[in-house]
Amino acid sequence: MVELAAEKHVRYIITVEKVSYSIRKLTCCPDPLPQYLQKKDAFESVVMEHLRMNGAYWGLTTLDLLGKLHVVDQDEVISWVMECQHESGGFAGNIGHDPHILYTLSAVQVLALFDKLNMLDIEKSVLEGQISAFLVHDDLILIHRAEKNYALGLRSTLTLYSDIASLQNEDGSFSGDMWGEVDTRFSYIAICCLSLLHQLDKIDVEKAVNYIVRCKNLDGGFGATPGGESHAGQIFCCVGALAITGSLHHVDKDLLGWWLCERQVKSGGLNGRPEKLPDVCYSWWVLSSLIMIDRVHWIDREKLIKFILDCQDLEQGGISDRPDDAVDVFHTYFGVAGLSLLEYPGVKAIDPAYALPVDVVNRILLPHD
Amino acid sequence: MDSNEEEQKIPVSQRPEWADVKPVPQDDGPRPVVPIAYTEEFRETMDYFRAVYVSDERSPRSLQLTSEAIHLNPGNYTVWHFRRAVLEALNADLHEELDFVENVAKENSKNYQIWHHRRWLAEKLGTGAIVKELEFTKNILSLDAKNYHAWSHRQWVLKALGGWEDELEYCHQLLTDDVFNNSAWNQRYFVVTGSPLLGGLDAMRDSEVDYTIEAIIAHPENESPWRYLRGLYKQDMKTWANDPRISSLCLKVLSTKTRCIFALSTLLDLICSGFQPGPEFKAAVDDLQASDTGPSDSGLGETICSVLERIDPLRVNYWTWRKSHLPSVTV
Ligand SMILES: [Zn+2]
Repeated sequence: MVELAAEKHVRYIITVEKVSYSIRKLTCCPDPLPQYLQKKDAFESVVMEHLRMNGAYWGLTTLDLLGKLHVVDQDEVISWVMECQHESGGFAGNIGHDPHILYTLSAVQVLALFDKLNMLDIEKSVLEGQISAFLVHDDLILIHRAEKNYALGLRSTLTLYSDIASLQNEDGSFSGDMWGEVDTRFSYIAICCLSLLHQLDKIDVEKAVNYIVRCKNLDGGFGATPGGESHAGQIFCCVGALAITGSLHHVDKDLLGWWLCERQVKSGGLNGRPEKLPDVCYSWWVLSSLIMIDRVHWIDREKLIKFILDCQDLEQGGISDRPDDAVDVFHTYFGVAGLSLLEYPGVKAIDPAYALPVDVVNRILLPHD
Repeated sequence: MDSNEEEQKIPVSQRPEWADVKPVPQDDGPRPVVPIAYTEEFRETMDYFRAVYVSDERSPRSLQLTSEAIHLNPGNYTVWHFRRAVLEALNADLHEELDFVENVAKENSKNYQIWHHRRWLAEKLGTGAIVKELEFTKNILSLDAKNYHAWSHRQWVLKALGGWEDELEYCHQLLTDDVFNNSAWNQRYFVVTGSPLLGGLDAMRDSEVDYTIEAIIAHPENESPWRYLRGLYKQDMKTWANDPRISSLCLKVLSTKTRCIFALSTLLDLICSGFQPGPEFKAAVDDLQASDTGPSDSGLGETICSVLERIDPLRVNYWTWRKSHLPSVTV
């Protein structure tokens, strides 16, 4: 059987990160490439421009899963990420763009990868660092920080929290930006983000959960809005949000588990809805959901591993949606993350709800002494 | 290419009506991690867009500029947002705007911003938009019958504005075109449970069961109608298990001896919900056993699971799990 060409994938990601951070060409992906840009002479980077933050997250998480995060210049990435933060607290897809919750989560995840969530506590201030070094008592430091924050009007986590929290609607749902598009994807993003920042109390969790439960369908799956068709991507978002908030008892685990394992087709790959083609990115969405509801053993592990490995470009590196298609960072990430969920040797374990390496999530969520 | 598009090819900087505006270049930061190569046309259009955006100039020329920027990259939500502000300020004809969106959507029917903009328009136009919106989504769905955005928009129109009259018939049409279309089955459930004109699920159950059974008999391997059939009974497992139409359907499909995974699993669910199968069920399932095993002595539930383990090897662990969770008293 073909093996994981980890070295090649690392090289592929570094190359792409350097050129444009991400290229997406497939309709299965959230914001597919506009027709105009699919022309030969078009620049991939134009598309990239406003969603570079997502690309950074996909590429960097893949590197971390392969144990190679250290090959990138951490300071450079972090300072770029912080440049993308808006006065409102949210993050844009790139410098100079408007913030959107989609990019805010990616930014928080990238900071988490590098153990730099503290960047959000306060703008790096040498002076403050020096002063707090002299203060022994924790509370004093906190008070001091809060005062400084307030006095200097710096971008702080407080604005980030309220920025995310302000996206919650009366019915418990979340919008993606201040202009109102509602989708359970945004429920997941808000909940995941706030949980990583220890700030879930900033939103009405009960209402958020109730809205997600309203999106449950007769097949046990979830849609984007109440009545929307079950789709593996939305199921990941809903189950993930329910897992993070400790609300998995709302899931019909056996019914959903069967629907999810029916997504595996003869080739071993997984599709996202009945009668759709299998695609490597669903390895992530279906598998992570199955793991969260403790039913992952219901699919054929070996066949799925083979499907993902068959989607590798063994010469140039990278993973595609289906065997023999063109590779991209998006599917490279989902392929490697899928293998991680399948406990493929040499790949670090990834958390199915937070979509971050398990050691990163533990570092953030486990109590410290 | 029409004359209007030809005209757009003149760089913004060389158009007299833009002479008074100073373009605002993209700020990639002092030391860009990733230098981006833009096309000249894109860079210039966006530089002028930034200028009118920053000065908040809500004018006809700004509107025209957003059209160009959207054609170059329909994924930029700031441009869309600003366009809405301009449309409102100019009190523009929103029906014309619908045509603009329709044009952009032709090539980008999976772009979130387009659908969000369309919804904003429909909200503004109110019930006057129903016919056009149903037609618009129908056109998109005629090209891709599973387009998630189109379905979401259509459901929103029905719920918020109305237009349910022909929706069940529309589902029927789509299912006639492709009975495997899970989106159409989902929409059917949405209509049957949500339409104010049909009396709700209880009133519709009987005729829907018959409709679904017919679809299943034509294609017993079709996952969607089997799930739909089960969904018609919601949590009422007892009524479902006792409806003779369901068990006879299973028997009928099993007797064809092919493509019967869903028939077997449904029969298994029926048994687990208290259905008491007659000997004809046992005979039909025994017939599906591997030829060398002969009639089995085990309970029917167990035999069904064994058959499924064999004919659906991808999910062998699921069927084994089902086997280990059979009700204690099985036939
Ligand atoms: Zn994909």
